[in-house]
Amino acid sequence: MTRPLPLPRHAAEPPVAQAPPGAQPHPVIQLASVVKTYGTGEAVVHALRGVSLDVAERDYVAVMGASGSGKSTMMNIIGCLDVPSEGQFLIDGIDTSSLDEQQLAVVRNRKIGFVFQAFNLIPRMTALANVELPLSYAGLRAAERRRRAEAALALVGLAERMQAQPKQLSGGQQQRVAVARALVTAPSLILADEPTGNLDTRASHDLMEVFDRLNAAGRTIVLITHEADVAAHAKRVIGVQDGRIVTDRRLTEPDALPPLLGQPGMRP
Amino acid sequence: MSPVQVFRFALAGLAANKLRSALTTLGILIGVGSVILLVAVGNGSSQSVQNAISSLGANAITVLHTEGSAGPAAAPTSASGTTAFAEPQNLTVQDAQALAQAQGVASVSPAVSTSETLTYGASSDTASLTGTDPTYFSAEDDTLSAGSYFTTAEVNTAQDVVVLGSEAASNLFGTANPVGKSVLVAGIPFTVVGVLATKGASGLSSADNTAVAPLTTVQDALTGFGTLNDVVVLAKSAALVDTAEGEITSILDLRHHETAADADFEVLNASTLLSTASSTAHTFTVLLGAVAAISLLVGGIGITNIMLVTVTERTREIGIRKAIGATPGVILAQFLTEATLLSMIGGALGVLAGIIGTRFTIVGVKPVTVPLSIPLAFGVSALIGLFFGGFPANRAAGMRPADALRYE
Repeated sequence: MTRPLPLPRHAAEPPVAQAPPGAQPHPVIQLASVVKTYGTGEAVVHALRGVSLDVAERDYVAVMGASGSGKSTMMNIIGCLDVPSEGQFLIDGIDTSSLDEQQLAVVRNRKIGFVFQAFNLIPRMTALANVELPLSYAGLRAAERRRRAEAALALVGLAERMQAQPKQLSGGQQQRVAVARALVTAPSLILADEPTGNLDTRASHDLMEVFDRLNAAGRTIVLITHEADVAAHAKRVIGVQDGRIVTDRRLTEPDALPPLLGQPGMRP
Repeated sequence: MSPVQVFRFALAGLAANKLRSALTTLGILIGVGSVILLVAVGNGSSQSVQNAISSLGANAITVLHTEGSAGPAAAPTSASGTTAFAEPQNLTVQDAQALAQAQGVASVSPAVSTSETLTYGASSDTASLTGTDPTYFSAEDDTLSAGSYFTTAEVNTAQDVVVLGSEAASNLFGTANPVGKSVLVAGIPFTVVGVLATKGASGLSSADNTAVAPLTTVQDALTGFGTLNDVVVLAKSAALVDTAEGEITSILDLRHHETAADADFEVLNASTLLSTASSTAHTFTVLLGAVAAISLLVGGIGITNIMLVTVTERTREIGIRKAIGATPGVILAQFLTEATLLSMIGGALGVLAGIIGTRFTIVGVKPVTVPLSIPLAFGVSALIGLFFGGFPANRAAGMRPADALRYE
């Protein structure tokens, strides 16, 4: 594994406000009494029943909960893939309710990097092309896209497999390509929805090591999981049940290093 | 996002399903190709008819014998003893002689025509046989390639002489010179005195598979002394054609006691024939074009169909692209480009197929490409891609990312 590298910054991205000494770090995510319902009348489903949550810069948050608890809905709202029925959601201080679909797409492109349980790479495109894709949508030139995508792939340890197609890669490798794609635009937030759900123990551990290093390098990470040993990598663990936050446990301060960084862990 | 990138994504999308893309393209190819080809066929047949008619000669006027429209309707009034309507009469040699007195008329050639089998030795040919006067040849713009025309004296004495059209001559004699030889026309021996120069096809029948003999001979031996089929009148000049037509009509009305409503003859000249024929040909061309346009429309619906399938199949991919920052506009552009590429590739191949197709003779017609039909058909195919791809592309652009990502 390569050592942490300085992460590329997006040229068009405004500099992240530096917190003055002693003050609370700048919140990347602010959820205020967010309610999400699906359907109407008799068939109404309350996915979120009033969730309030602030996530500070450099924090590393694990969201835990059973399936149907509302954690995926929360993830969709934080990822600007869905909008709240009630309440407010701010990302980097921007109120998302005032944005149209076009502006939400720009926010997803510049502020958020997604990692999904099912990897969600685009088939028939090489690893490199998949990682370049968000930069294409950001409008970068080909040479710059390639330079950054290669750096991101090197960072996740896949410098050798850049020209491979997704189906030629193992699950763990595919998920690391997805992580490279998530961080290539230098987003404020990396959002991972059960990233280890389809991986074996060894690949899970490798992936969590990548997340630990990204957080140590200054990335804010929110990941959803129902595995306790994955949650143990985070600095803060939030429990969700029936559309509400029921527990909120802090393991380490946001500015500290991730608790399991550099530990041998589950390696055989 | 640069247009080059959008174009690349669209190409990759099409390449992912080569067979499907090829079949969809084929629909447009057939549509565009048939527009170009069928319009060219219509245009070609229209031009050949026009050429044939203009070869008749601008000063010639043809008086055709018709059955008249008053026959059965006139029966009750005839029974009451009055003649409010005249019975249809024959067109006679006397009528023709009367027409020769008109001011604008240079010559008059009464004619009977019939279809007969000509035989020379072992070879035979079915040709149209015309019995007429020598003035007929100049009125029809005929020229000789061998021998001479028959004379007025030969007409007056009903000689068994014949002038052959070039095709009839070659069918019977091959390359040998027919002049002076004897051919059998319906079993009667005729001496060939001349051969006409080639005139070319006039629409469906050949103007060269003909035989021309003295009027008296043909009436005597074959058609009998009933009505003439037509009288070919040559006006003194092109400017006098309309005057001569008016004179002919009034002379014949008088002689046959006819009014315009129940005339038993019809007066035609090259320009009226030309305008009738070209309006017929125009209708024919429009009809062919419409059939072809329908096949282009069907091809367009094929594009909508296949793009809807593609969008549904790639819902998850659309979700991923949206999650990583594709705006609705970019997704719209990608799928519109895919549809337009399909239709434009089909259009370009269709233009090629159409142009190749027009090099062949189709059902006896040599197609003549209408230059405008090529950019028009290609342009329409490009627009079809935009129009018929618009609906599926819009559906893709409007997908909610959370729903699209959940799609299995």
